[in-house]
Amino acid sequence: MSLNRTLSRRSLLKAAGGLGAALLTGCDEITQSATPRRILASAEKLNIAVQRGLGRRALAAEFGEGDLSPSFRANGSTNPETQVYRALAQQDFADWRLDISGLVSRPARLSMADLRSLPSRTQITRHDCVEGWSCVGKWTGTRLSALLAKVDLRPSARYVVFHCADELPGEGLSPPVPYYESIDLEDALHEQTILAYEMNGRDLPIEHGAPLRLRVERQLGYKHAKYVMSIEVVDSLDKIGGGNGSYWADHGYSWYAGI
Amino acid sequence: MLQRAISGRTRPKVLVKRHSAITRVTHWVNVLCMTLLLMSGLQIFNAHPALYWGDISTFEAPLAIIGDFPSWATIPSYHDLGSGRVWHFFFAWIFVINGLVYLLAAILTRHLNRDLLPTRSELRQIGGTVLEHVRLHFPKGEEARRYNVLQQLTYLAVIFGLLPLVIATGLCMSPQMNAVLPWLPELFGGRQSARTLHFVAASGLVAFVIVHVAMVVLSGFWNNMRSMITGRYAIEIGRKP
Repeated sequence: MSLNRTLSRRSLLKAAGGLGAALLTGCDEITQSATPRRILASAEKLNIAVQRGLGRRALAAEFGEGDLSPSFRANGSTNPETQVYRALAQQDFADWRLDISGLVSRPARLSMADLRSLPSRTQITRHDCVEGWSCVGKWTGTRLSALLAKVDLRPSARYVVFHCADELPGEGLSPPVPYYESIDLEDALHEQTILAYEMNGRDLPIEHGAPLRLRVERQLGYKHAKYVMSIEVVDSLDKIGGGNGSYWADHGYSWYAGI
Repeated sequence: MLQRAISGRTRPKVLVKRHSAITRVTHWVNVLCMTLLLMSGLQIFNAHPALYWGDISTFEAPLAIIGDFPSWATIPSYHDLGSGRVWHFFFAWIFVINGLVYLLAAILTRHLNRDLLPTRSELRQIGGTVLEHVRLHFPKGEEARRYNVLQQLTYLAVIFGLLPLVIATGLCMSPQMNAVLPWLPELFGGRQSARTLHFVAASGLVAFVIVHVAMVVLSGFWNNMRSMITGRYAIEIGRKP
């Protein structure tokens, strides 16, 4: 092999290495700068439009008792430490009430007995975590559509916000912030969207969101808010939390988690 | 065919038109997409670096525990699943649209029929072509005008095997797509099997790229690069096969 060719191969490798390093630092900069990041994140709108358009009423697959995961992994908050929640948990949630407010004609404050008296649904579904793993569980809960019919949505209602009892780290050094999540009416009124109070035939355990958690089966696990304390119906998400519609959306995740 | 003779030190060469503009543009867009999809995919994988078979994750008995990929292989370079997903889904769209443009053009311009589908006689030469490749002897003369049979079969396997597999198994990661197409994850044996196959297909594409780049370097780096940038490829005239 000639010296020339060795040199050119060596410089080629060097160039490739330099290109690789530039790619890495360039990608990190793009990730952290506002406008390029917004362009990348704009694919979310396309995902919503296309995925929803392909099946607005499509049902998530349902499974049989034999498919239940032997151990269903608990993720995110598994034991909220806020004083309010600890006090409720000590009384086995007897004093827990669900507040429903916002753009509704009849705001309500419901006990667990009230929720259990509303139309319910039981479903065995696969819970897909954003991290990549899946577990199958059986959920029983109040149909959200029945609850929303009871409080009567105003015409301007567009989103249903779930305020939760757990707190997660805030931005940087700021204090912890309450977890919250939101879905639009299309998901809120979907047949499989329920507020679950039972898991695998027993009262919902604390690690899975006692006393009440959202099940919104056509989205990833982080949308399934646990420890739900109140529900707020709004026409815009701008003024809720960080303005992106959920705790995780305020922290770089997409609000739409159907993908 | 447009040809231009260039004076070589040993044998006279002509520049022949090798790749159409659409092949060249979609090739480089694809290079960008596949690089970014792989690296953001490894970021996503690092959030749970284990693989399973079936519909659910059997945490006690995974199919394989792979471990974390190093920061130089992921986008972003630091741990950030949310941002990795933003990169992955943006470039997944470009990747799919780019692939469809290529496929449509390949069918309409008969690139697929003319250049990629091997003829019967080409298929019969497969043994000899393998032997030549193992010896690192690559066609330089008249026969270099066409893809050889190994190239044809490899490109076909990638275009109609690995790429559709990586896309279909990727769609199985989406809960909404699984609601719309419940048969798709079942086709692969369940969502976790589909995730494993997504990883396997991506690994297959990496293996292809390694061999592909090695062949590009060994069979004449600058000639190959020129042909994929300007479209023109030099062949030696008068050279016996």
